[in-house]
Amino acid sequence: MSDVVKLTDMRLKEFTAEVERRSGQRISQCYQCGKCSSGCPMAFAMDIDPARIMRLIQLGLRDDVLKSNTIWICAACQTCTTRCPQEVEIAHVMDTLRIMALEAGYTDSERETVEALSQFVENIERRGRVFEPELALRLNIALGRPFKDFGRGLQLFARGKLPMLPEKIKGLKELRSIWEKVKKLERVEGERHVNAHETQHS
Amino acid sequence: MPRIGVFVCHCGVNIAATVDVERVKDELAKHPGVVYSTDYRYVCSDPGQKLIQDAIREHNLTGVVVAACSPCMHEATFRTACASVGLNPYLCEMANIREHCSWVHQDKEAATRKAIELTRIMVEKVKRNQELYPIYIDVTKRALVIGGGIAGIQAALDIADGGYDVVLVEREPSIGGHMAQLSETFPTLDCSQCILTPKMVQVRQHQKIKLYTYSVVEDVRGYIGNFEVTIRKKARSVREDLCTGCGLCMQRCPARRDGIPSEFDRGLGTRPAIYTPFPQAVPNVPVIDREHCRYFTEGKCRVCERVCPVKAIDYEQQDEFVTERVGAIIVATGYELISPSLYGEYGSGRFKDVIDGLQFERLLSASGPTGGKVLRPSDGKEAKVVVFIACVGSRDRAKGIPYCSKICCMYIAKHALLFKHRVHDGESYVFYMDIRAGGKGYDEFVRRAIEEEGACYIRGRVSRIYESNGKLIVKGMDTLSGKLIEVEADIVVLATAMRPSDGFEELARKLRIPYDEYGFFSEAHPKLRPVETTTAGVFLAGACQAPKDIPESVAQASAAASKVLGIFGAPRIEREPTIAVVNETTCTGCFDCERVCPYNAVERKEIRDRRGNLIKVVSSVNPGLCEGCGACVAACRNKSVDLRGFSDEQIFAQLSAIAI
Repeated sequence: MSDVVKLTDMRLKEFTAEVERRSGQRISQCYQCGKCSSGCPMAFAMDIDPARIMRLIQLGLRDDVLKSNTIWICAACQTCTTRCPQEVEIAHVMDTLRIMALEAGYTDSERETVEALSQFVENIERRGRVFEPELALRLNIALGRPFKDFGRGLQLFARGKLPMLPEKIKGLKELRSIWEKVKKLERVEGERHVNAHETQHS
Repeated sequence: MPRIGVFVCHCGVNIAATVDVERVKDELAKHPGVVYSTDYRYVCSDPGQKLIQDAIREHNLTGVVVAACSPCMHEATFRTACASVGLNPYLCEMANIREHCSWVHQDKEAATRKAIELTRIMVEKVKRNQELYPIYIDVTKRALVIGGGIAGIQAALDIADGGYDVVLVEREPSIGGHMAQLSETFPTLDCSQCILTPKMVQVRQHQKIKLYTYSVVEDVRGYIGNFEVTIRKKARSVREDLCTGCGLCMQRCPARRDGIPSEFDRGLGTRPAIYTPFPQAVPNVPVIDREHCRYFTEGKCRVCERVCPVKAIDYEQQDEFVTERVGAIIVATGYELISPSLYGEYGSGRFKDVIDGLQFERLLSASGPTGGKVLRPSDGKEAKVVVFIACVGSRDRAKGIPYCSKICCMYIAKHALLFKHRVHDGESYVFYMDIRAGGKGYDEFVRRAIEEEGACYIRGRVSRIYESNGKLIVKGMDTLSGKLIEVEADIVVLATAMRPSDGFEELARKLRIPYDEYGFFSEAHPKLRPVETTTAGVFLAGACQAPKDIPESVAQASAAASKVLGIFGAPRIEREPTIAVVNETTCTGCFDCERVCPYNAVERKEIRDRRGNLIKVVSSVNPGLCEGCGACVAACRNKSVDLRGFSDEQIFAQLSAIAI
């Protein structure tokens, strides 16, 4: 059995509000029918199913939500969003939760996933298009297992499925400036919320 | 010689699949007295009825037996069909080979034999049936409505608007009922008093309505169309004919300082000893609460008498009895809430800040003891966190109340919403098991409370409430997240179960109407006769029948009123002639029948000779009251009572038909 949740103290209404605001979704609309969870192709691997994540957001239980592996397991397939009878874009909420978890440093539950996502993003940012051999190598190094899947990589090479050199794209400069802008926006948003938390807790 | 026609119905496959209807037809054709026997797919259809009518004409039938469904379904259909071609309807009977046979058996051979036997039995009865003619009764075209809540008010107004006189009896000093106590009403948030008080005023002003408040129904005699009702007008100690409702007496009453708990405010406010329950009371005439009045308890005071400018105070007033003759009665006695003391674990009675739904209504009400501010009853501080607990007593088999009280889901949502309107930074938590919001605009209303007004709904029953540092700690569980939950509340509102008003047993006895195991009055049929009782001329409206909200109560009240108007609209009432009759020659006057009759239908009749000398006193059955139950027939020691249409001779003939 879990510990008792003293709602009057532990319910972080600002967390609920932040998720609602940043995702643009009304989490209070969720009436816990469970359709999202029952149709989720990844639910088997999640520690907390999507419907319950919505419930925990409603109750303002921030740690439970951000620590869960659910937000990283989510494949963003949008099945839940498509089917939700209350028009909650659950997959979008998962996006928001991932951003918030990164900001708050909650990345332990799925380190590999988090690392893979970060490397992927970094790769695109730098090159404009993913260069797979480099991505694999960097990820392996970051996770401290440089030779994982090395044999398979060679096989792919042999059949011409992995490029030798990275491809160049047009307009890399423009892409970078978009990237910078998004990052800046995120930073501002993140700081605003961190500040909000601090003022409310002081 | 009897000439009986038999019509065996297939009822599609309902009967034909389990009973060999053709064999039933053939076997019955051989039965003595049967001159015509046939089968048909649906005898109740138009062509089916025509079949019967043609056979009556062609074969000159003296009796008809339809072997089909239950007589509850189609007896009237077939009897009317027979009557239309000149056969007395009471010479037509139904043998039930569906509910009593095909539906409950699987073995076709055995079921067929049983169907043959059931039909034969009925043929034997019909052979001995006599022509009967309906009884007609004159009607007193005035109605009695018992209970002056919203249901009673609506019923009274509808009947009165229909042009008939109404007597409305209310036991409290004012009409209005529980609706007058409510702050706002779901799902539209109309101010309850604002929509109710115009109707109350209409009642008072209506030429056709005679209003008795602070009065109870003492006795009911008679039967449909002809009831005689005795009403006890409790001593008000204030003369209604003189009082102007100035209110001076209430202002000056010294008991005001002692603070007598106000019933209307459910103990959250106080009132003087001479009082009206609320400012818009109808009639606006106070009563003296003799239990708390100084003059009545200590023998001195008489302040109200001194200040009354019109000398309306009358300490000597006694209860008064009046008799009213009416033709129909509507019971609208409403509901009460169960005592929360049933729940020790919720600390009710011990913790002042644990209150019930109606008390919270009074806190929310602008005319309530706090002027609409949500203040804790214990220390008068504004509540910031309110917990609502649904299903307190309802749906709790262990507490003996397995039914759903139906209105709580909605009023809790309303409470949570209104609390947010009153206390903007307040938080409300609702512990619930299911949200039952079936009704026009109801679910949308609950969603509004949750989505827009931020009510935090937690699915689970609260296990216990205890006090800590002046706060109420509510322990429950959220089964949706699987978390154990604790909330620190300022006020806890228990949505306690609805139960029938006090005194339902006594009233049921007076009216001879049945009630269920919880005391709610029983309707004659749960689907098809929802506003009638099994006693002719007595109808139900509102929460005295089952938990109901305002729209439903009003709808039922109007339905009951239309039933009454239906009776009043007809020149006379037609009643079934299947009633008991006494053979006055053999009756010895033991009056056992009188004792067993549940409808008080047996009267004593004096038999005199030509010179007027009393020979004997015998029983006589009042045809207006008799419901034909047959209890008197069974009780009579020398077979002096018989039931028309069910005579001993007929029953014995049926029994011997089984032996064939």
